[in-house]
Amino acid sequence: MTTVANGVNVQALLDAREVLKSAPEAAQFVWRASSKWQNGVHSTTTVKEFFGLGQEQTHRNEAVFDADHPEVFAAEDNGITPIEYLLVGLAACLTAGVASVAQNRGIQLRSVEATLEGTHDIRGILGADSDVRNGFNDIKVTFNIDADASKQDIEALVAQSQKRSAVFDALTNPTNVTVEVA
Amino acid sequence: MIERGEVANSWRRERWDSFRLLTPNWQSRLPGLHYEGPDPDGYMTTAEITEFVERFAKLSGAPVRTGTDVTSVRRAGDGYRVTTSRGEIACRTLVIASGACNLPTVPRFAGAVPASVEQLTPFGYRGPGLLPEGGVLVVGASATGVQLAAELRRSGRPVVLSVGEHVRLPRTYRGRDVLWWMDASGVWDQRYDEVDDLTRARRLPSPQLVGTPERATLDLNALTSMGVELVGRWADVRDGRALFSGGLRNVFSLADLKMERLLGTFDEWAGRRGLGDEVAPPERFAPTGVPDSARWQLDLNSGEIRTIVWATGFRPDYGWLEVPVVDDKGRLRHDGGVVDSPGLYALGLPVLRRRRSTFINGIEDDAREVIAHLAHHLAVRR
Repeated sequence: MTTVANGVNVQALLDAREVLKSAPEAAQFVWRASSKWQNGVHSTTTVKEFFGLGQEQTHRNEAVFDADHPEVFAAEDNGITPIEYLLVGLAACLTAGVASVAQNRGIQLRSVEATLEGTHDIRGILGADSDVRNGFNDIKVTFNIDADASKQDIEALVAQSQKRSAVFDALTNPTNVTVEVA
Repeated sequence: MIERGEVANSWRRERWDSFRLLTPNWQSRLPGLHYEGPDPDGYMTTAEITEFVERFAKLSGAPVRTGTDVTSVRRAGDGYRVTTSRGEIACRTLVIASGACNLPTVPRFAGAVPASVEQLTPFGYRGPGLLPEGGVLVVGASATGVQLAAELRRSGRPVVLSVGEHVRLPRTYRGRDVLWWMDASGVWDQRYDEVDDLTRARRLPSPQLVGTPERATLDLNALTSMGVELVGRWADVRDGRALFSGGLRNVFSLADLKMERLLGTFDEWAGRRGLGDEVAPPERFAPTGVPDSARWQLDLNSGEIRTIVWATGFRPDYGWLEVPVVDDKGRLRHDGGVVDSPGLYALGLPVLRRRRSTFINGIEDDAREVIAHLAHHLAVRR
């Protein structure tokens, strides 16, 4: 099993799981982002600091994300649309899960690619039809995985990665969201 | 032996009318007592189980004090003081055999369900006739949930079944009861100290099985073909609306993959044993069919659903146990039935010492080992 090299330090994750079983307070994380309006529907959001393991933490580098709307929405397209960021998050989370589970199960990965499609009826956000929801109707993720494993084992990797995915859970289950004016 | 009601009390009072055991009759065996009736492959009704347990009570001659409720157990000296509805008992050792299913569990958001919808647990459910007319939302797709969903659907009611993680099994595999395979291939003999993730093994929901004379499979595909509507795991209630998880496909995949893997281990075992002629050829089952568009919300005020049946599991009740041996999840801290307090033991809990621990045929070996420990404890403490 140790001969498999997917670049995931599974031992550190398994150790953390054991430690956090008896120290649930250290498992409480807060992820943060702050955004600034630029012009039109263009905004930039920066992510740098977060809280976890009982103290403030910092990413090695600050990350800045531009969000805008495409030209077909009569906007300048300075960045991807906000709802596309959900696809980015889901793809990254499921892919990380596949790599971690594969490492833990002793499966060597050669390539993992996913394509995501979220179907969206924009009549909802335009207020054109009150029966249409604002968000995605459906999201479809298709993985193409080349690995030293049977098709069934690969399907099990993908299933387990969904089972332990933060973003999959956040998208498939309701979350309380509070928006205030400071 | 202290029994709050009569012998076989929970079988008499805490099961619905159509209930049958999941295990075939031939697997109902207790020390010195085997099924000897005409239908070894059938499944006992509650009346038959009650009769079976009563026979064992007579045969074993165990001194059962019926109608005696234990209200507290406390540490006292080098033993325990047991307070009952009929007085106190002092003992040096004590075996907790009150089971894992004393109370139905219901999620917290049940309190947010509109009052116009009736709510039931399996303890309150007897049969479809006692429910109001109209739609039923059954929550949970383990043995209880799939059985009640099927029965309610057959009564003519529209039934929606909320499905989380579950264990899919065919009733028969290669011509034999699937529980014959679990027994014969040694899956049930796997010991608690050999299981990879014991916490998970102990929390495993009951498989989607039903004991019927037809030995029919009752998986989600069977329910769909009966007209039961499947929705995702019930996540919350908001503004009188039930919100279901959009992750239904993945719980199907997980259950299908686990079943395939289990059937694969049966095939390997049969191959090694050279059973090719004694059992039918390997079978594979269609994947769980995914609804075209599973609903992820349901308006509980619309009148569509008149009754909710919570088949969301059970938990033990240790409210009477005044010894600090229960963890923060309400589970007894024990190592193979040896509880974390001298002279205190447990029997009849999930994967207590092996995977068969909670089946009627699983108690014998567990009891022998736990009682050997108990006898040793008494001997060295004397």
